[in-house]
Amino acid sequence: MDTTDRYARLAAAPFTTTDARGLSLPTRGGKVREIFDRRDLLGLLIRRDLQARYRDSVLGFLWTLIRPIVQFLMYYLVLGQFLRAAEGVPQFAIFLFAGLTIYSFFAEMVLGSTSSVLTNAGLVKKIYLPREIFPLASVGAAGFMFLVQTLVLLIGAILFQALPSPVQMLWFFPSVLLMLVYGLALGILLAALNVYLRDVQYVTDVIMMLAMWGSPIVYTWTMVVTAFQDLGLPPWAIEVYTNNPITLGVLGFRKAFWGAGTPADYPDNLLMRMLIAGVVGVMLLFVSHRVFTRLQGNFAQEM
Amino acid sequence: MVVSPRPGPVVVRVDDVTKQFVVRKDNTLKERVVHFGRRGRVHRQEYTAVASVSLEIEAGTTVGLLGPNGSGKSTLLKLIGGIVSPTSGRVMTRGRMAALLELGAGFHPDLSGRENVYLNASIMGMTRAETNARFDEILEFSGIGDFIDTQVKFFSSGMFVRLAFAVAVHTDPDVLLVDEVLAVGDEAFQRKCMERIARFRSEGRTIVLVSHSAAQVQELCDRGIVLKDGEMVFDGAVNDAVSALRDVLEGRRVGEAPPPQPVKPIEVTRIEVLDADGQPSKVIPVGSPMRLRMHVRSKRDMPSWAIGFSIDTPTGQMVLASNTERLGVDLPSISAGDSAMEFTIESANFGAGQYFVNANVSEVIDIDTHVLWQGARFTISGNDRNLGTVAATITAA
Repeated sequence: MDTTDRYARLAAAPFTTTDARGLSLPTRGGKVREIFDRRDLLGLLIRRDLQARYRDSVLGFLWTLIRPIVQFLMYYLVLGQFLRAAEGVPQFAIFLFAGLTIYSFFAEMVLGSTSSVLTNAGLVKKIYLPREIFPLASVGAAGFMFLVQTLVLLIGAILFQALPSPVQMLWFFPSVLLMLVYGLALGILLAALNVYLRDVQYVTDVIMMLAMWGSPIVYTWTMVVTAFQDLGLPPWAIEVYTNNPITLGVLGFRKAFWGAGTPADYPDNLLMRMLIAGVVGVMLLFVSHRVFTRLQGNFAQEM
Repeated sequence: MVVSPRPGPVVVRVDDVTKQFVVRKDNTLKERVVHFGRRGRVHRQEYTAVASVSLEIEAGTTVGLLGPNGSGKSTLLKLIGGIVSPTSGRVMTRGRMAALLELGAGFHPDLSGRENVYLNASIMGMTRAETNARFDEILEFSGIGDFIDTQVKFFSSGMFVRLAFAVAVHTDPDVLLVDEVLAVGDEAFQRKCMERIARFRSEGRTIVLVSHSAAQVQELCDRGIVLKDGEMVFDGAVNDAVSALRDVLEGRRVGEAPPPQPVKPIEVTRIEVLDADGQPSKVIPVGSPMRLRMHVRSKRDMPSWAIGFSIDTPTGQMVLASNTERLGVDLPSISAGDSAMEFTIESANFGAGQYFVNANVSEVIDIDTHVLWQGARFTISGNDRNLGTVAATITAA
């Protein structure tokens, strides 16, 4: 067989270089381009994650919904009715479910990504792939679950007639984007660290559980403001609490689905705060990707 | 050994690459905290797997990486594949690369064979359309048949491996990295794999192969690289590489105490391989006469004795053996001390490659025999007209 064509093509091809900083492609666009080129694979990995999760179960994808709905009912009954948190909060069901939906999206992104590189050890050790693809696939799978839950939320909100004006629903986009940036940044960082230190995934688990109570998900933001004032805390304390990106994301997302809220239910300049948090998040994403790149050179050895 | 297409442009360039690992014995946060600082150093150990290796591989060549266990050959392959990053130096590659480091690395047990084919092909860099186009070919090569829609966890290990190999060889790689995975499946399938590898070579694809099997490397490769403790000790023609590997392996044996052996009344002390001129030689041209000179040491005078030899390939397959009894030769009496005798082989019609000479000697045949394993080694050169362990004059009309 004639080899001329192949040789000519190879001779013209630029070299891919692997050095102490990892593998770098000769193409412009670096990692983003590389991952974009492998989007087929990313899609398949996301599908694999989802397909394998409920294989051989009778209810299959229904489980995606059962868990959050049970969680929702639990909080609704215990917190809302028994502890009377629902009093003073109109449309408490939608209020609660919106907060839970966006938070579980964030938590699933971070938790899924953290263990993603380790669970794909077989691949990481045996073949070169842009390793960022594993946390990205986890984020993708979490994103799918999130979309399904959002659909349920939307249907619920329509049934309860809780939806705000269509323009206000545009808050959906900045808040999801904000969560995505932070979820990715943390996910990539923790995925790399977890390879070296297995405790990371357990610590993350605990922190994610705690973080849920650090944002106004099952209670309102105004409750916190009042409580902080009663405790005599300085004004910056409430600023610190509010500017937590998770809090901003939850507030923004709720604004998109919970029509019963008034301007008093939200801090002022919410969009500006989200914008600043977003810029910080992008910088964080950049830094954590740098850390990931540094650490990934030894992934294959550490597993 | 095998005629290859003319080498093309350089596809792999390894430039003064060193890879060090830190081996830690503590892996949890608690242990790290407890061992933090100076005490931590007890729990870490630096290990150099590959030490300043430089090499270039041209397109269309098949290169075997050889070396004893722990010599860094698999690490070098992973460095070439970009799976690990070097500590210093750099690795440059071009063309589409596929790594067969472990068959079915990307297989998910819960997915069906079909889903896994698409996933695995995508991992190796194929688009969905390309996989669609080759799917039937892959299925046929694997011989899985209707099982393709069954979950992979229900596959037999043979089916699993066959499907994985089928995907790997259909990914159209320019450079294929292979690590000890060719010995899979039943014989028919192995034959298929070898044929596929041969076709790859004729298509100008590059193969880098790690193997413990010198015979497999000799059969498949035209260039051999020998590593020892992370350093490249040899780079050249595959037959010489196998000799170099033997030297490395034997060198390793020096440190070990030889097992105690009962003393026999008569022993072979040394074997020499002599060429046509009676000069000791390690290389014998194919078809030329050769002699085996056996040095023996006797404890006492013996009226009669018998001696034999056998010639093996590096894999231990016997290619030629005889002894004085078979030859109908009665050796003259031997006196105590050192003496020697010779076997003459009229023409060394062995295939190109490396051979080992063993010898056994006894007073009465098969009683109290002393055997000297691999007492000498020689290489047959000049035969590029046929493969296998024998040489013959072949014409084609």
